[in-house]
Amino acid sequence: MVKKAVRSLKYVYLGLMVFFLYIPIIYLIVYSFNDFTVGRRVAYANLGKWKGFTLQNYANLFSGEAGSSLLLTLEIAAISSIIATVIGTAAAIGIYAMKKRTRNLILNVSELPMVNPDLVTGITFMMLFAFVNSVLVKLGLKQVGDIPKLLIAHISFSIPYVIFSVMPRLRQSSDMLYEAAMDLGCSPLQALFKAVIPDIMPGITSGFIMALTMSLDDFVVSYFVSDLKSVLSVYIYSSARGAKGVNPALATVIFIPLVTLLLIVNLRRISKEREYEIQSKKVKLKDKGGNL
Amino acid sequence: MKRRVFAYPYVVWMILFIVIPMLFIFYYAVNVNGQFTLTKFIATLKDAGKWKVLWASVVMAFKTTLICLLLAYPIAYILSNMKKSVAGFISVLFFVPMWMNFVLRTYAWQAILEYLLPDLKKFLGLEGSVLMVLVYDFLPFMIMPLYNTLSKLDKSLLEASRDLGANSAVTFFRVVLPLSVPGIVSGITMVFIPAITAFTVPALIGNGMYHLYGNEIELAFKTLSGQGDYAVGSTLSIILLISVLVSTLIMNHFDKDQQQGGQLW
Repeated sequence: MVKKAVRSLKYVYLGLMVFFLYIPIIYLIVYSFNDFTVGRRVAYANLGKWKGFTLQNYANLFSGEAGSSLLLTLEIAAISSIIATVIGTAAAIGIYAMKKRTRNLILNVSELPMVNPDLVTGITFMMLFAFVNSVLVKLGLKQVGDIPKLLIAHISFSIPYVIFSVMPRLRQSSDMLYEAAMDLGCSPLQALFKAVIPDIMPGITSGFIMALTMSLDDFVVSYFVSDLKSVLSVYIYSSARGAKGVNPALATVIFIPLVTLLLIVNLRRISKEREYEIQSKKVKLKDKGGNL
Repeated sequence: MKRRVFAYPYVVWMILFIVIPMLFIFYYAVNVNGQFTLTKFIATLKDAGKWKVLWASVVMAFKTTLICLLLAYPIAYILSNMKKSVAGFISVLFFVPMWMNFVLRTYAWQAILEYLLPDLKKFLGLEGSVLMVLVYDFLPFMIMPLYNTLSKLDKSLLEASRDLGANSAVTFFRVVLPLSVPGIVSGITMVFIPAITAFTVPALIGNGMYHLYGNEIELAFKTLSGQGDYAVGSTLSIILLISVLVSTLIMNHFDKDQQQGGQLW
């Protein structure tokens, strides 16, 4: 009896905590079907006054600023994570071949953006670009725009994550691979692409996913770096502080693909684990049979 | 061609975009309109109001971390004792919100506290509401490292403890808890340091009425009317960097103690 009570108490606790985490998401999705029109205007700031069911918010989403900043977020994430993966992977391969002292120096500096609070990373970039732009203005040249600024910042804070996920793979891989490939007649680039990179591919993939996540997730750095055009989270922050409010349909548009993706990945993993379990059971049974 | 050549593009990038930007903080702290001056730097250091806000932020971050730890530990513990496939599925439920834009979720809390649960907001007050949303935001970051450590814990140790006559409470406090310290330490680092610098939650939940240290820095750099005061902002950032450095060092110290203890064991 007591055991049963404790068990159900555990599930109640887990359920409550899951519910706590999902309250704002559910709230936004429910209100994404709310009618926000006040006269001729749309006032998303009234995020609590139910006026009737409509699908208009979804139609409005992609014509407004929210849609364009969502697209910009995806573009910046895709481009910056690809560039960060290329530079970071090459860097890891190079750093690995360096002498210990230089290697440690570079790795320590690379850790800075990971240890620094986002806030500090953001303002350092802000000051750098303000300085560069003031010099460019003096020279009568065009200033650096928001998109290149965002790209540079996102690439910079992503590269260390790529380096630190490729590094362990390199340690596992053979040191001789590169030399052996060259001895067998490969050019340096061929040796890289045909011998070294295939061997460290899992590290590169996880580095890429990290870079992608960091970029999609970023608010603070983008907020300080950009002036006019920016990514989704910056748009949400500035319109949440203003009187405009944010179109709650955004929550559904982000949530549904995310959950689908994670479910697919997770179900696959579970079925793989299941398969493995069955396989190992079979092996055990066979062993027993053999012993008999 | 030597392999180290492949790192050269990154080394150039690193100097341009990691090292040089960091130097700007120190440059702008003692430079106003291109002239070297210590007046603003010293005036900011002497500003008692700023130190008060820093202390309030540290206290707020401490409370956030403590509540997150108290809420997250049971979650991670329960999950780690479940069947692997079930635990995997439920843990995904806990981590999905982490991938949803956190500014959007904070914005939703702003509306919920204003329209759906105004009584809760009255009960918690401004500070309590900010604390609750901070706990909300950082909870998954505490669950993750705890769950990772607890699920890798060798279950035979628990059996051994029980065989040797310890009841489940003693087993928990003398075996499970000490072995999960690495997870606790990394959970604390993942929550405490970002919580000191959080400025989104106070700005949105407090509607500009409640300031933490992050807001002071934000306001120094991003005023609505044109360029902010770089000297003040840079000085505040230097103080922040030093505080973060000190707390990281303290944290590492604990981590190392634990590792050595484990080795001696």
